[in-house]
Amino acid sequence: MSKIAEAFNNKKAFIPFVTCGDPDLDTTKNILRELQKNGADLIELGIPFSDPTAEGPVIQGANIRALKNGITTDDIFAMVEEIRSEITVPMVFMTYANVIFSYGMDRFFEKCQKIGMDGVILPDVPFEEKSEFDKSAGTYGVDFISMVAPTSEDRIAMIAKEAKGFIYIVSSLGVTGTRTSITTNVKDLVDQIRKVTDVPCAVGFGISTPEQASNMAEISDGAIVGSAIVRIIEQNGKDAPAKVGEFVKNMKSAYKAS
Amino acid sequence: MTNTNGRFGVHGGQYIPETLMNAVIELEKAYNHYKNDPEFNRELTELLNEYAGRPSRLYYAEKMTKDLGGAKIYLKREDLNHTGSHKINNVLGQALLAKKMGKTRLIAETGAGQHGVATATAAALMGMECVVFMGEEDTKRQALNVYRMRLLGAEVIPVTSGTATLKDAVSEAMREWTSRIDDTHYCLGSVMGPHPFPTIVRDFQAVISKEIKDQILEKEGRLPDVVMACVGGGSNAIGTFYNFIEDKDVKLIGCEAAGRGIDTFETAATINTGKLGIFHGMKSYFCQDEYGQIAPVYSISAGLDYPGIGPEHANLHDTGRAQYVPVTDDEAVNAFEYLSKTEGIIPAIESAHAVAHAIKIAPTMSKDEIIVITISGRGDKDCAAIARYRGEDIHE
Repeated sequence: MSKIAEAFNNKKAFIPFVTCGDPDLDTTKNILRELQKNGADLIELGIPFSDPTAEGPVIQGANIRALKNGITTDDIFAMVEEIRSEITVPMVFMTYANVIFSYGMDRFFEKCQKIGMDGVILPDVPFEEKSEFDKSAGTYGVDFISMVAPTSEDRIAMIAKEAKGFIYIVSSLGVTGTRTSITTNVKDLVDQIRKVTDVPCAVGFGISTPEQASNMAEISDGAIVGSAIVRIIEQNGKDAPAKVGEFVKNMKSAYKAS
Repeated sequence: MTNTNGRFGVHGGQYIPETLMNAVIELEKAYNHYKNDPEFNRELTELLNEYAGRPSRLYYAEKMTKDLGGAKIYLKREDLNHTGSHKINNVLGQALLAKKMGKTRLIAETGAGQHGVATATAAALMGMECVVFMGEEDTKRQALNVYRMRLLGAEVIPVTSGTATLKDAVSEAMREWTSRIDDTHYCLGSVMGPHPFPTIVRDFQAVISKEIKDQILEKEGRLPDVVMACVGGGSNAIGTFYNFIEDKDVKLIGCEAAGRGIDTFETAATINTGKLGIFHGMKSYFCQDEYGQIAPVYSISAGLDYPGIGPEHANLHDTGRAQYVPVTDDEAVNAFEYLSKTEGIIPAIESAHAVAHAIKIAPTMSKDEIIVITISGRGDKDCAAIARYRGEDIHE
């Protein structure tokens, strides 16, 4: 069983996302501490990319702020290495293909293994292109996380069959960002995935309120919240950690209530 | 196993969000069907001939030839096409394909505005809705084209993210396509992006080299020694090269925008300064830093101001079949003025990059050798910017 599976062990997982280095890496560390303290079950760490084509304006902004600070992939590795002993929940990187490709596939995943990263999410690497990444990641015990979208249809079985860690269900068309309502029949996507695999499913894109999170977790195995957290960081800068913690606490209590 | 779909050597592929995968698969199926459909081809040929004004002329530039004193120079006049550039070749093909697929809305990115204008034109003709994404920086450089697109009924959305140029317009168009797929076709303007776009756009642009071949055989009774074109993403260049790739004696030269020089950071010469990477749906060469962050490239030409190059060009470079040379802003502006004064033809500043390299190599070649330069577009759109480059403050 991969470490990621622990996040879903007999519970609905709450999965927050933060962009590393926004506004700076020390703040990122404090945010990670708050996330864990308030009940995050798995944490997604964004490595910034200059042109994040799957992101809406909020996370684009975080990427730009981090890069303006001169944050590099190596700085993020160092930050994770320093804090990994304190953060016991599973963690995965979320970034773009070129960040890993340019670093060197094996060099990147070997580093992930060394510092204790459990998986990687690459929104610009679909099933057809995953082998190059998956092979290297697998060598170093890092799970390549597969994504399923509302448009996946006949592709779902093929994707789910080879999925590792967890399956990232994209709740809506479009890019990341908060949405007032989610109109996709997510339950139907989960049912189709369930026919071929037991790998847990978590839903992301557009989730910002405790109600949305608990609804999505209810019909799947967990909810992923990114833009809503990044917005708190954008608005509060170095003072964000406590506010992010409070936000996560509210999210988790909605889980318990349901 | 690495995906073999749409690979040119190691380049190409489909590096896009899962949300778009069925859309590109559907597009590939439709394209494979219609490209062999006689009715589709009849309609497209009619549009190209009757509406866009094909075939474009292959013009013997006698004064330029004599002035440079070397190889005989022919100009492939894509600037004479309707809408003023080669972009219409691809757009008419894609718009017709989209219509057959039941799409009612076209979205596009544009740099200089030529592809946006061509897309807006095709949308008007075929009664489709049209939205064009254009870097805010470029909307200022090419204000006239923004007006033309709006006049044609398109909505122009200025893109403020990133460097607010062509690469950001592509990113934004991709984001838009992810959010609205059912009725929308992304009419990509160059031989780039995920498979099948590099192949589709190349096939629609290959008419350029097909015509050059027929025309030069008729005029000279033999193939040219050199065919050359400017390269940003590379659509007019691949169109110019394609039917000559098998003719090993024909030298293929792509002219990249070096901006202020390939030894500066203000350049857009991808083959000369970039390295292998993955971006905008494809594996190819990109201008980027050591951590894979895409570089903020620069060129005086909005149409060549792009940090990547199409995957087929990347492979033609790898195999040595084509040569890619850098041309600076200064050289391009000189060539812009030179062709205007020598032949009475004002080329697009993009095309002037190819003219500039011809000015360098023609004198070194013998008088019985032949160069064909593709003039990808007309330069009216660039006059105000070139005047400003020369210190003359004129406004459109």
